Amino acid sequence: MQVPEFTIETVETLDSEGRLLRPLPGALREREQLIDLYQIMVLTRVFDREAINLQRTGAMGTYPSCEGQEAIGAGIGVAMRKDDVFVPYYRDVATQIQRGVLMEEILLYWGGDERGQKYRDQSQDFPVCIPIATQSCHAVGIAYAIKYRAEGRAVVTTCGDGATSKGDFYESINVAGAMSLPVVFVVNNNRWAISVPLAKQTASQTIAHKALAVGITGIRVDGNDPIAVFEVLDEALERARHDNQPTLIEALTYRLGDHTTADDASRYHDQREYDEARTIEPLIRFKRLLQNEYQWSDADDKALYDDSGKRVQQAIEVYQATSDQAPGDFFDYMFAKPTTDLVRQKKAWLDGLKHHG
Amino acid sequence: MAEQTLLEAVNQAFAYEMRVDEEVVILGEDVGVNGGVFRATDGLIEEFGDRRVVDTPLAESVIVGMGIGMAAQGLKPVVELQFMGFIYPAIDQIINHAARLRNRTRGRLTCPMVIRAPFGGGIHAPEHHSESTEAIFAHMPGVRVVIPSSPARAYGLLLAAIRDPDPVVFLEPKRVYRLGKQEIENNGEALPLDSCFILRDGIDVTLVSWGASIKESLEAASELAQQGIDVEVIDVATISPLDIDTILDSVSRTGRCVIVHEAARSFGVGAEIAAQLAGEGIASLLAPVIRVTGFDTVMPLYRYEQDYLPGVIRIVDAVKQSMEYR
Ligand SMILES: Cc1ncc(C[n+]2csc(CCOP(=O)(O)OP(=O)(O)O)c2C)c(N)n1
Ligand SMILES: [Mg+2]
Repeated sequence: MQVPEFTIETVETLDSEGRLLRPLPGALREREQLIDLYQIMVLTRVFDREAINLQRTGAMGTYPSCEGQEAIGAGIGVAMRKDDVFVPYYRDVATQIQRGVLMEEILLYWGGDERGQKYRDQSQDFPVCIPIATQSCHAVGIAYAIKYRAEGRAVVTTCGDGATSKGDFYESINVAGAMSLPVVFVVNNNRWAISVPLAKQTASQTIAHKALAVGITGIRVDGNDPIAVFEVLDEALERARHDNQPTLIEALTYRLGDHTTADDASRYHDQREYDEARTIEPLIRFKRLLQNEYQWSDADDKALYDDSGKRVQQAIEVYQATSDQAPGDFFDYMFAKPTTDLVRQKKAWLDGLKHHG
Repeated sequence: MAEQTLLEAVNQAFAYEMRVDEEVVILGEDVGVNGGVFRATDGLIEEFGDRRVVDTPLAESVIVGMGIGMAAQGLKPVVELQFMGFIYPAIDQIINHAARLRNRTRGRLTCPMVIRAPFGGGIHAPEHHSESTEAIFAHMPGVRVVIPSSPARAYGLLLAAIRDPDPVVFLEPKRVYRLGKQEIENNGEALPLDSCFILRDGIDVTLVSWGASIKESLEAASELAQQGIDVEVIDVATISPLDIDTILDSVSRTGRCVIVHEAARSFGVGAEIAAQLAGEGIASLLAPVIRVTGFDTVMPLYRYEQDYLPGVIRIVDAVKQSMEYR
């Protein structure tokens, strides 16, 4: 039997200097739309810096920075419709804030409070997922439900490059293909899984290749370019919504921060590779595009950063002013109706609290 | 009304609920065309189609994981793991997600799903097909664990499990799948998920069990009755959350308790019941609580499995030992 030859396409729209390699996709022709993409990336960057500061000053727990990877989230968020469902991992601030998750909620979650995943303005998206790749499976199930009811919606789920080594990832892309489900898998290939470089993760030439083994479309995209990310997502989402066709998208980027605030990347990263990655990070490049093609001035840029800073400060204020959970609140969400024994355990705990203060 | 085996009762409960509730979807390996390796889902694909009775690829983690996604969207997935011995790849999904989804989103997303698996020994099955590891699931906060031991309870408890708004691990004792029939009215009536069943009243000793061991427990009780020992038999059935009150109440009358389970002895559901008796029930106890169980060994292959399983003789001996304690 002859195995068909295949190539993996890589979609790009910007060169390293931020010059357009080809015309913009139809849906992104307006200056305002491009500025929106930039604005999301800047807001995410500013939020990310402040979140790290909060952790450093003891005002928040461990936080996984998404510095350098903002373009992926920006592109996904713009391409998704409100009624699609997003199933994130943990570097998806840019997408989450576009989907109605409040910045104070994200802080609250990393600040150790479950209410940060209650999402006041977002009812269906899944919360952050920490057990690697397990969320891929949930996305498949959501896609099944959508197809079952013929709703014409789609699911987007993200994971890291390390996650693609896990069984759950393979099981999920395989089922999505076998059952023909409306789901888009986006891999944030930031080249690291904590300290393990991609080269140790797999002998596969690309991560997108993994799609071929399960019979679904696999494509690579410049993950530092929100326009290209938007473009591939937009196409994949259309295929999902109209034809129930799943897609695996490998978004190429680089993790510019530590793995989390509990990590020290200087123990393992390659300085030259890192310095090079800095030069092609998404914000610098996109600003050049706006400057070159859209009369974006330094004053505009400063105003945008100032405004983002204000929004983030407001979120921090709300986060810090959030009142405590009611004592023993954690007992109340185990089952729809609390079990007899849990009612007793809670009462005993509250009695102890009263007694000992 | 027709006489049904436990297996047929499961099938009938499915058919009933799938007729009245469009949101119920079955998925698993071989559940469709083949009707499940034990035929629990026999005929359902013909009636409800392959949208609702879904043959999945062979991938336990995603079977349960996709159930979670479906449940979060308001469907009521019932996933089948072909044997309990193959549920373990999906434990990650059960403990890290199904059990936590309501809590970690403060009720925004929930997980009304059922995870079914045949379990237990005694059918001469190959390696890995005979263990009883219900304690693993009972130890997980946020999931219910239910084990029917008769056709009627299988029918009523499965309906309750499907209708429950939270995840339920529903373990079916395959040794009694086809053993004995019972008349069941197909009226869609569910049984409560938070009470034990007293199968036989008695005043001397409380015999607590669940699953297939209920059979030997009842046989032992009959034998002991002939010797003048009056045994009360309780089927725990809803393992977690545990209805300890019914057990405590019984022991307050008998003062003696013997617990029978197929699972390995240590750190099990029996140990939990014994601990609660040693706490709340301490004033009623006239004798130490005795456990008759499998052993802390790998379960022997089928030729020796009867040596492992708690049989009538061991149960009778334990009850007498309890009675003799002064
Ligand atoms: C199943 C599992 N194993 C290990 C971990 C610990 N861990 C957290 S993040 C991580 C690396 C993940 O790398 P990747 O998938 O590339 O995502 P990235 O963090 O680089 O975005 C590891 C090993 C985990 N959270 N879950
Ligand atoms: Mg990575």
